[in-house]
Amino acid sequence: MKKSENTGQNKKHRELGLSIIPAIIMVLFVFFWQAAVDFFNVQPFILPGPITVFKAIYDERNLLLTHILVTLGEALAGLGVAIFLGIVFGLLMGYCKPVRIALYPIFVITQTIPLIILAPLFAIWFGFGFLPKVIIVVLMCFFPISITFTQDLIKSDEDMDSILKVMGASKWKSFRLARIPQALPGLFSGLKIAVTYSITGAVISEWIGAKQGLGIYMTRAMTSFKTAVLFADVFIIIVLSLVLYKLVELIEKRFVKRIDYV
Amino acid sequence: MDNSIRIKELNMVYTGLADDDGTGLGVLSNVNLKVQANEFVSILGPSGCGKSTLLKIIAGLEKDYEGEIYLGNDNPKYKRVPVCYMLQKDCLMPWRSLLSNVLLPIEIKKGDLKKAREEIQPLISEFGLAGFENYRPRQLSGGMRQRAALLRTYLMDGEIMLLDEPFGALDEITRMQMQDWLTLVWGKHRKTVLFVTHDIDEAIYLSDRVLVMSERPGTINGEINIDFERPRKREMILTSQYSEYKKSILKFLKT
Repeated sequence: MKKSENTGQNKKHRELGLSIIPAIIMVLFVFFWQAAVDFFNVQPFILPGPITVFKAIYDERNLLLTHILVTLGEALAGLGVAIFLGIVFGLLMGYCKPVRIALYPIFVITQTIPLIILAPLFAIWFGFGFLPKVIIVVLMCFFPISITFTQDLIKSDEDMDSILKVMGASKWKSFRLARIPQALPGLFSGLKIAVTYSITGAVISEWIGAKQGLGIYMTRAMTSFKTAVLFADVFIIIVLSLVLYKLVELIEKRFVKRIDYV
Repeated sequence: MDNSIRIKELNMVYTGLADDDGTGLGVLSNVNLKVQANEFVSILGPSGCGKSTLLKIIAGLEKDYEGEIYLGNDNPKYKRVPVCYMLQKDCLMPWRSLLSNVLLPIEIKKGDLKKAREEIQPLISEFGLAGFENYRPRQLSGGMRQRAALLRTYLMDGEIMLLDEPFGALDEITRMQMQDWLTLVWGKHRKTVLFVTHDIDEAIYLSDRVLVMSERPGTINGEINIDFERPRKREMILTSQYSEYKKSILKFLKT
């Protein structure tokens, strides 16, 4: 039977109410930050107030935009490759145990190599352009996608497997009908982790050497003590990551709700 | 097709368990049984007696046993025999609508889904699911979910139905409704039914014949023919004949 809609609505209201809390905290934080900077008369090159930061964003908007586009391009390209690889390897490892046993440790090792070492190496091998950044983003993002996806793909329900087998389903068919849909929520949690990594990944690789991008813009701001610009840069990175995250969440809501093959 | 079940000298031993002393754990020991075509037979036994394993063997899910099994003329060890199989857990896929859950056997067989969707409309009503075709399992009551699972089981296209405690997780009232309703459907469509349960009243109420199994290693201790006429009435529980049946079942359970 249908669940009582009333309680559903109440729950929704309550959740909406709770989601305001982080916004309030953020506003309070910004307010105290500004107040503290004003009160103690802190030099803007040490700690700029929020107003100075927003002014910096406004003043530098044209320059920021070109850098944003470069970084976003790298992040999205890397993310695209990572999603493709993550899904392919997730499926392979979820379906085939030998593949999982062979690849899993290697995947873990790729995550233990410090990026701060890899980025300059890639700069030596591939130059200062687009490609090395994309590789770094791929390295950071494909791991959470493939691992969370695999983990949900191998969750087995003995009764469900039995029923499907009696119905005459092959191993692959069982996998397609029961396991893949069951693992989609896992895939999306991996995606959410990956998108939050993607912008940061691109920025870190730009630090080491790039012609354009938020990362190199950040190092320039740092070396010339334009602390407000540095903060502006960080603010943009946060916003970009949040937007990507929200986007994945929206797709998930649409997609996971609608899975139905008949 | 002949839809009888014949089992001869079935033995099964689990090996490689943690507390194994080398001889293995006997699960089934010398099980012999015959179910006539279109007969409704219950297997009653204490939990862990191997009755679920027996159904698994008949369904072709377990092959590591000794003895002979024939479904009609086919041995499920060597040839896939289509059977209908149902468990206590409804195993409905939460991301599918009721209708697409029910149609799963046809989808797996690569049957004509469009045609099937039209053809099963009367069955949907008969199974009391009309109007709920597009609901997700979580939106349905326990009884409805189990009826959906039973309809899906029915569409598995075998003439033999293996039901493993299908109503075990339901509350008493829903279970009685489901029993009445299973008898009704069975009366209309007549398949061979092998019904596993640990509920004595359920076994007597539903079956033509009750087989009682012993504790592990399970074997058939005895069988009781239930001669109440169909359709069965709940009031038969008050007759002396009913008490006799129950008494002999209890006796077999103890030995």
